[in-house]
Amino acid sequence: MPVITYREAVTQALTEALDSDERVFIMGEDVGGYGGSYAVTKGMLAKYGPKRIRETPIAESVFVGAGAGAAMAGLKPVVEIMTINFSILAMDQIVNHAAKVRYMSGGQLSSGVIMRTVTGGGAGLAATHSQSLEPWYAHVPGIWVVTPATPYDALGLLREAFTKDDPVLFSEHALIYRLRGEVPEEHYTVPFGQAAISRRGSDVTLVAYSRMVHVALDAAQMLANQGVEAEVIDLRTLRPLDMETVFQSVRKTNRVAVVEEAWRTGGFAAEIASQIQEACFDYLDGPVARIGGEDVPQPYAINLERATIPDAKKVVNELAKVIGLKVTA
Amino acid sequence: MAQANSKQQSRGGIQLPPGLTDEDLLDLYGTMVLSRAIDERVWMLNRQGKAALVASAQGHEAAQLGTLWALRKHAPEFFCFAYYRDLALWVGQGLSARDVLLGYTAKEGEPISGARQFPMHGAAMRLKVMNLSNVVAAHVTHAVGWALASKLRNQVNVAACFFGDGAASQGEVHESMNFAAVQRLPVVFFVENNRYAISLPIRKQMAIERVAQRAQAYGMPGVTVDGTDVLAVYGAAAEAVQRAVKGGGPSLVEFDVERYLPHTSDDDDSRYRDRAEVEAGRLRDPLKRLQEWLSRSGVLTDEHDAALRRQAKREVDEATEYAEAAPYPDAGDLLEHVHAPR
Repeated sequence: MPVITYREAVTQALTEALDSDERVFIMGEDVGGYGGSYAVTKGMLAKYGPKRIRETPIAESVFVGAGAGAAMAGLKPVVEIMTINFSILAMDQIVNHAAKVRYMSGGQLSSGVIMRTVTGGGAGLAATHSQSLEPWYAHVPGIWVVTPATPYDALGLLREAFTKDDPVLFSEHALIYRLRGEVPEEHYTVPFGQAAISRRGSDVTLVAYSRMVHVALDAAQMLANQGVEAEVIDLRTLRPLDMETVFQSVRKTNRVAVVEEAWRTGGFAAEIASQIQEACFDYLDGPVARIGGEDVPQPYAINLERATIPDAKKVVNELAKVIGLKVTA
Repeated sequence: MAQANSKQQSRGGIQLPPGLTDEDLLDLYGTMVLSRAIDERVWMLNRQGKAALVASAQGHEAAQLGTLWALRKHAPEFFCFAYYRDLALWVGQGLSARDVLLGYTAKEGEPISGARQFPMHGAAMRLKVMNLSNVVAAHVTHAVGWALASKLRNQVNVAACFFGDGAASQGEVHESMNFAAVQRLPVVFFVENNRYAISLPIRKQMAIERVAQRAQAYGMPGVTVDGTDVLAVYGAAAEAVQRAVKGGGPSLVEFDVERYLPHTSDDDDSRYRDRAEVEAGRLRDPLKRLQEWLSRSGVLTDEHDAALRRQAKREVDEATEYAEAAPYPDAGDLLEHVHAPR
């Protein structure tokens, strides 16, 4: 099986779409000769030309809104929002418009724009370039929120995004672009709303998405060394959300923690935890643990920044503290 | 335009723009009469507690309809991105009095949003009009995206984008105008400037005289015309539409209009507008102006005018009766259309 990087997976899905569907075009800041701030669209301007690879001024509202408008006109635009932090500048277009066009027109219109963006901290980029804001968008009916953790899922989920009539926020984590993984040569897609079991285990369930899946897997390794087998579930999409896979795991393990990089207060883990207690109350041997980012603007100093983002040690420590597992980091 | 001179006609001492006929003028006038009749009725229904919120087009009608006729004559295809004060535009494109009344009363069968959105908000793809949102100026970006799609498909589908002077202060308008100019998109920005952003007068909205002055800075032509004079509107709009059709990119056309009524039915403009100013504004009535000119020119007889007004009243009466009797939407469909079938 071919091994590709997470970045190559995104590029491949985009290339396939550009090759197979003339309605597809890409629009955003520095996506042309520069190749995109995270080098995802490298070489595309030369290959597809300026008509389909469109460089825009630094103006998130209009290029996201124009993407929504072009989608309403029947095209399939992919807009690249350089990072999810800047999506805030286009939030009116995403939340008030792209997500609601269908409902507000009584089902007459679709705004199936794909909004690719880059999330997460850990690169020393401080408070306004390091946030994980996917939970904000997952709160909104009418938009799909996709958070791949592996090259396999990045390719499969982005292919799937092109089949959707609704807007998709496709959130790529900045720190895993070089992550390598196997992808089958034959065509496949990953359906939205289907979580993956990244590791099997019977003692505790760790629910995560995006880069935190890898943190959960590292924590699972530390736990395994102490005789505790963790099951790791990768949600893959926050909306639609596959809770059934989570419930099945919790009914088996009776212990669960949700790990995310977003701020803990009001984060998506709160939603997951709430649904778990509603559906699995009688199966739980302890509280549902939430392990999230510290409630602080991300600091620049590397030691401080590291202290804000959950790592495997923190996951293990929280399992001991909140659920009472006899483990140490 | 020299080649069209032979088709030009003079009415009441005023030269008609090429291609515009007496039938056009009567059709436009009849539309304006109907729009005004609907407008006055929904305001009344609001005062009776039957329509939650009304934003009136009174005083703006010539700007909307003159533009619409210019689009019809000069754009092979077009789509209107309206804002909340564009009732006449909708009516001009065929939204019936019944459709409008179903909207204001939020009843089953309302065709543009299924009674999910504010009255006069939603889309009618068949009629080529949308006004999805009431976040001021947000739709300007959609018009730009529509024009971009048209360009990418090598089509000539002009995006006609309407907004008020208040919207002109929004960042989305600045971003959109710059974006459209850089990419030479077939979009025309029509500003219906009634000099008030809810309560804020124009001198507190901008430090220049005219919104159109900004056009030059974006790299597009900008012009201001009397928006109560349907021929002036038509002429300016036609020129901008032709420019978009020929690949000349966007234009900004500003209409100087009057707001007869408070911002909406929830507003009391006596708190911030001098009565004398409002009364003076009402003397610039686009409907009266067109009616007088057409009568003077012999295009419109008193009998014809009376018949048009009777017909409008009948339509509005029937629409009111129908809408008041109609049921509310089925609550079982509440969650429909949140997401697409796929």
